[in-house]
Amino acid sequence: MSGARADLAAVATAFARTLRGVGLDVPSSATLDFAQALALVGVGRPDAVYWAGRACFCRGPEDADPYSRAFAAFFTSRAPTRGRGRLTTVPPTPAASPAPSAGDGAGAPLEGPRRAARGAIVAYSPAESLRTKDFAACTDEELAEAGRVMSRLRRRPALRRSRRLVASRGADQGPLDLRRSLRDALRHGGDPTRLIRRTRASRARRVVLLLDVSGSMRPYARALLRFAHATVVAQRRAEAFTLGTRCTRVTRQLSWRDPDAALARVASAAPDLEGGTRLGACLREFNESWGLGGLARGAVVVLSSDGWDRGDPALLAAEMARLWRVAHSVVWVNPLKASEGYEPLVRGMAAALPYTDDFVAGNSLEALEVLAEVIAR
Amino acid sequence: MTQSVAPAIDAPDQLSRALAEHGYLADDALATVLYLALRMGRPLLLEGEAGTGKTEVANVLARWSGGELVRLQCYDGIDVSQAVYEWDYARQLLHLRAAGAAAADPSSLERSVYSEAYLVRRPLLRAIAGAAGDGAVPILLIDEIDRADDEFEAYLLEFLGDFAVTVPELGTFRAERPPVVIVTSNRTRDVHDALKRRCLYHWVDHPDFEREVAIVRRRVPDATERLARAVAGAAAELRSRGLYKPPGVAETIDWAQALAVLGTNDLDERAVERTLGAVVKYREDAERVRSAGFGGLVAAAAAASR
Repeated sequence: MSGARADLAAVATAFARTLRGVGLDVPSSATLDFAQALALVGVGRPDAVYWAGRACFCRGPEDADPYSRAFAAFFTSRAPTRGRGRLTTVPPTPAASPAPSAGDGAGAPLEGPRRAARGAIVAYSPAESLRTKDFAACTDEELAEAGRVMSRLRRRPALRRSRRLVASRGADQGPLDLRRSLRDALRHGGDPTRLIRRTRASRARRVVLLLDVSGSMRPYARALLRFAHATVVAQRRAEAFTLGTRCTRVTRQLSWRDPDAALARVASAAPDLEGGTRLGACLREFNESWGLGGLARGAVVVLSSDGWDRGDPALLAAEMARLWRVAHSVVWVNPLKASEGYEPLVRGMAAALPYTDDFVAGNSLEALEVLAEVIAR
Repeated sequence: MTQSVAPAIDAPDQLSRALAEHGYLADDALATVLYLALRMGRPLLLEGEAGTGKTEVANVLARWSGGELVRLQCYDGIDVSQAVYEWDYARQLLHLRAAGAAAADPSSLERSVYSEAYLVRRPLLRAIAGAAGDGAVPILLIDEIDRADDEFEAYLLEFLGDFAVTVPELGTFRAERPPVVIVTSNRTRDVHDALKRRCLYHWVDHPDFEREVAIVRRRVPDATERLARAVAGAAAELRSRGLYKPPGVAETIDWAQALAVLGTNDLDERAVERTLGAVVKYREDAERVRSAGFGGLVAAAAAASR
């Protein structure tokens, strides 16, 4: 009996290692769960093993694909084909690829995240030339330096009124805080001498960053991804997606604290990096899988793209309109805007412009400071 | 490991049959994770689009096991006084006025005010307290967790960890036997990883064609096999059109019901026209379907009912 159990634990551990190899984040608690689940469903039926593993290891529909691939590779039997897994063109990642162990990541947050320096934006100011230098003209070293400045950039989230009520001493409006009023009454021999009220709290609005990572954005994509990384790390509710030929959610990849590790993870998660652009179709994918469901609702949506789109501008306009209707505001970041005499003549850009609240450049550190201000509005 | 809920069940297939007897047709995937959740005593997080039958899972578990269904609907701003417990302030104040003059000792006054008699139990506390005794454990449904905010999620994490609630004035309530917990999310935002780690996870998909036909037959007894197949076929066609809100099983059932009430047996263009509101619920979607013509839908329905 105990021998059989040890076998199951060994199977679960080995499978977990395969899953980490295809990029899934597998905590050891999930491995323990899977060993326990195997003991319950048995190993005789591949179907049951497949679903049991999915219940233990997957955390979202986007995990289904890598999971199925790993399952097929590990158990060699065919996994059930039904399920939300979309077909991808990604070749199966060899399990042998060196997977960073979960320990690396788990250690990072413990070091105690250094708080971004509060204070004026210009408090930390590198050489003035770097502040205004176009990212496309920067050397690798300058880009790295710019990245460091970005993490220190002050990010004030836009605020919205929450439905959550908090006790407020001075308030003379709002519903009564009966619990506190009663406590107060008890201190005065049971006579309510003072009424304490509650008011609505303020909460940060979510920021959603949509980054065009196609070939034409190449000079800026790295810097903007770095900006996205700094935002995702600093704000709990921020979300980031890359747009190219498809829409890929990269929030989880970007939440690694080390920027280089995070960007490397994005590169392996988004197969369409520096490829073509189907902006309209990508936005549609974003809207339907994420945005309209609630992710973009009431959020500040930042879309960075040069507006070059091989698809139909009517589709882009329609999807921008849908997004604009649910979002709090839509900010378009176009690095080309900074060049002299720029007119938004690219068909895609012209189609999208009616549905943007702000149109900024974001081609240099200074321009990104402007963007941070716009987001906070 | 708790087995108090399902001592008689020792395979996913058995569970699937038992639930079918109570009106819920679970596929292999769902039956397996439900079985594991029950046997491992772990909360089950069900994610999926609206109308795929997530909430119904908790309902059928309650019907089958005989446990009380305790439902907590989440919303933005939900707090302890709505989810866990609250004091009955009006009665406390009355008590204070009645006893205030007589009782000279403030601490005994305080004890009398904060007693269980004045405690209002909200769903989470009810789910814990309800598990006492020999009856079936309660089924705790935490519905649409994605609507609640981070603070509440953090509280829930703690609650699901030890199934205990502390009322500062009274002490700690602890569940003798933890309730069965089903958490649902429409994924309007991501649930925190720590919470996911505590739960088993399952993505609830639209059912496949045959299962949807079976579900419609079961939920709408008046619908003929032919009509059920036609409706399921047309619904599948609608889902492939990239609508703002593609119809879920709930809408398919509504649609079949509407057609059955009208006494329709065939899904022709006129029938679609008259009942479109039962299945497509956004103006943009309705316009899109209308402008494409009902011919494609009717053809899909006819092909499916053959």
